[in-house]
Amino acid sequence: MSGMEGVPRRSVARRKLGDGLVRIIAWVSASIGIFAMGWILYTCIRRGAASWNLDFFTKMPTPTGVAGGGILNAIVGTLIITAIAAAIGLPLGFFAGIYLAEFGRTGRVASVIRLICNVMVGIPSILTGVFAYGLIVIAMGHFSALAGSVALAVIMLPVVARTTEDILNLVPNELRESALAVGAPRWKAILGVICRAARAGLITGGILAVVRVSGETAPLLLTVLNNQFWSVDPTQPMANLTVTIYQYANTPYPDLQLKAWGASLLIIVGVLGANLLVRLIAQRGRQW
Amino acid sequence: MSTIDHTAGDGGWQGGRGAAKAAPRPRLHRSGSDTAFYGFTALCAAAVVVLMAAIGWVLARDAWPSISKFGISFLWRSVWDTNKGSFGGLTPIYGTICTTLIAIVIAVPLALAIALLLVEMVHPLVRKIVGTAIELLAAIPSIVYGMWGLFVLVPLIQKYVDPAIQRTPLRGLPLFSGAPLGYGILTAGLILALMILPFIAAVSRDVLSMVPQVIKEAGYGMGSTTWEVTRSISLRYGLSGIVGAFFLGVGRAVGETMAVTYVIGGASNLSTSWLQPGQTIASKIALGFPETGPGLERGALVELGLILFAMTIIFQLIAQTWLRRVRKRVGGRA
Amino acid sequence: MVDGTSEATVQREAVVPPRIEVADVSHVASSKGQELATKISVRHLDFFYGKQQALFDNTIDYSQNRVTAIIGPSGCGKSTHIRAFNRIFALYREQRASGEIVMDGSDILSSSMDVLEVRRRIGMIFQKPSPFPMSVFENIAYGLKLHYRLSRSDLRDRVEDALRRSALWDEVKDKLDEPGTALSGGQQQRLCIARAIASEPEVVLMDEPCSAIDPIATNKIEDLIEELKKHYTIILVTHNMQQAARVSDYTAFFYQGNIVEYGETTKIFSNPDQKQTEDYITGRFG
Repeated sequence: MSGMEGVPRRSVARRKLGDGLVRIIAWVSASIGIFAMGWILYTCIRRGAASWNLDFFTKMPTPTGVAGGGILNAIVGTLIITAIAAAIGLPLGFFAGIYLAEFGRTGRVASVIRLICNVMVGIPSILTGVFAYGLIVIAMGHFSALAGSVALAVIMLPVVARTTEDILNLVPNELRESALAVGAPRWKAILGVICRAARAGLITGGILAVVRVSGETAPLLLTVLNNQFWSVDPTQPMANLTVTIYQYANTPYPDLQLKAWGASLLIIVGVLGANLLVRLIAQRGRQW
Repeated sequence: MSTIDHTAGDGGWQGGRGAAKAAPRPRLHRSGSDTAFYGFTALCAAAVVVLMAAIGWVLARDAWPSISKFGISFLWRSVWDTNKGSFGGLTPIYGTICTTLIAIVIAVPLALAIALLLVEMVHPLVRKIVGTAIELLAAIPSIVYGMWGLFVLVPLIQKYVDPAIQRTPLRGLPLFSGAPLGYGILTAGLILALMILPFIAAVSRDVLSMVPQVIKEAGYGMGSTTWEVTRSISLRYGLSGIVGAFFLGVGRAVGETMAVTYVIGGASNLSTSWLQPGQTIASKIALGFPETGPGLERGALVELGLILFAMTIIFQLIAQTWLRRVRKRVGGRA
Repeated sequence: MVDGTSEATVQREAVVPPRIEVADVSHVASSKGQELATKISVRHLDFFYGKQQALFDNTIDYSQNRVTAIIGPSGCGKSTHIRAFNRIFALYREQRASGEIVMDGSDILSSSMDVLEVRRRIGMIFQKPSPFPMSVFENIAYGLKLHYRLSRSDLRDRVEDALRRSALWDEVKDKLDEPGTALSGGQQQRLCIARAIASEPEVVLMDEPCSAIDPIATNKIEDLIEELKKHYTIILVTHNMQQAARVSDYTAFFYQGNIVEYGETTKIFSNPDQKQTEDYITGRFG
């Protein structure tokens, strides 16, 4: 077959035009997207910071309509609820992940469990609230922080399991073999050697999961509701940041709306701070 | 490693890590403590399955009063009358579908554009900064988006966008009719789009940056433009990952509660117009649950939850099987 | 011209080495008595990775329809040199080339020369076989569909022709719709060669094409190169001296970014002018 003499060419100019067009569209789209997201952050920072003062963090809420006060009970409440959820969800998820990574690489059962984990990760958080309501709130007869923690733990479980599995899969098999070759029982090899090797990833995975559920509102709305007063009793409704934001934002009082922004900013700072911390750990983890 | 939580689906784009084929683990004979450990971890893993079943069971149980009363007609009746005890889920279902549609149509192209930009077109330093920014933004909880939507977007739409649409011929369409209120399905769709945008962008960026440099150089070496390389090579290479990201985005949009609840207006009557208040399943449950006591209405709400549950599961299962098929199918003739 | 020893490249004392017994390379074509056209003329090519200079004043001529091998120790700039020809370095911000690379009267490096056109006329085979994520057929058709408007049957004919000329047709004719990655390593590399020649470039750059491939496949590719040079000008970077001796008509020896010596392969391998060349050929370093 001869060369390409006489074969009609596609127009280079048109191809370049198409490429240029796509580039422009990419720049414009990216700018729109980034601008919108920046706008959101900017609004939160500007409005939220306006409400931040010492009282905000240290005082209890004042009666509705009365200006002043703070959201101390909500801050403490969120910490407690998240802590209980983590106490339930982290260990369960962690060991489930170990099962999937160490014992379940090649089994039908494990594949099914993995599939269900993946599906569960995608379940809307409000449904975990409905679940916890039907299970615990009805049984107890009233809202409680415990029900909320359970709802959050349900969200955490599959996430932590899959992250743990992914992290452990990155550990090379040679490490496992050498641990077993020294004569260590399987569980010691896994916990002592492999998990240590994957330490950074496991920690970051855990932090991210906890931080993610701490920002959830819908499940708490259905299970914990809120509490105007100070309460650290997990069997009772407890104040929390997210539902507080929801309720305050829906009121007609500018003072409360401002506090809603302040609480939003607090959550953002917490979430972003945790994410940056996670990056630092991941980077340091690379150095051993 | 990206901090994006993209654990759903062993999407093909993760193929570079984790290994597509499972490496069998070394086994030695098990001691007693090993068996106990194995049993313990297996139990924890089984907890996932049990939990899933439990959720389904609780939902079905609590929805039963409504299911038995209204049957299948629940899906297409739009009435929601607390006094008469008559409920139908059409309004929230319609709202869920529409808002998700709007969100996807807006977010996916924007996200792909951002990913393309970051991977092919900008200075490495910009890539790092903007890339990190996007990952951080994806971690922001939905209630923050809801707040912004309520206080910033709704007034904006009411003041500018709605009247603008009224001035165009679009107002003739039932999709865009009605007085400007700011709340509505369109607003909710926009907020949802903003919510899932950083997430899809980050995952797409991960996917595109995993295309091996050699292959891209081979593409460029043949005389392709950037877009040609991206379209024919990069996107194809990462197709399963992008599709996975797409499905994940849809999954999030469908179940999103707080971002939507503030701005959708909470209407019970079905209106086809996107400029009018509507309802999504998630927001209906969120608004309705605290208001109702145990009874038929509560049952109807849970039935909505059950529908959402079923939607999510079916959707996820489709996503999983799709991902597996796409990975095999990079062949054939265009 | 053939010898290409301009003053610029030969910067060391020309020492006449003693005769060395080297493997018989007599099958390499000699050009005695023939007027050979120069396809590409390189003049004073410098290359920079950021602040670091990697190529120094490269000046060399490449003859049309001949295979020129580029040999030298690791890191001597062989790959960098040929990557200047299709301006693939332009993908990377810190990489920069200066000087002239003239093909058929136009300077490839000048900004007035369209890079898409350059890459259409100059094809490249990489060290790692890199089939596109598409079927075998679509891989081969890629360049054709990119630059030309062809009917479906024309396309099919040309794809088949390219595969035949790459000695791959018989092996893949039933697998045309399978993904390119389904082939073995050696087949994938031949796929890449077929892909490159399907759109009829004028020059084919090969950057260590056989280093990631088994010996049997390597043999096939070397036979292929012998055939291909009838239609194309081939520049072959290789770290395998025996391969260079087997396959090429001309050889250039690079060292630390400089072209130390360049000439007919028979001469380079039996009677090089430079001591450094001789040292490398005989394995005293490298």
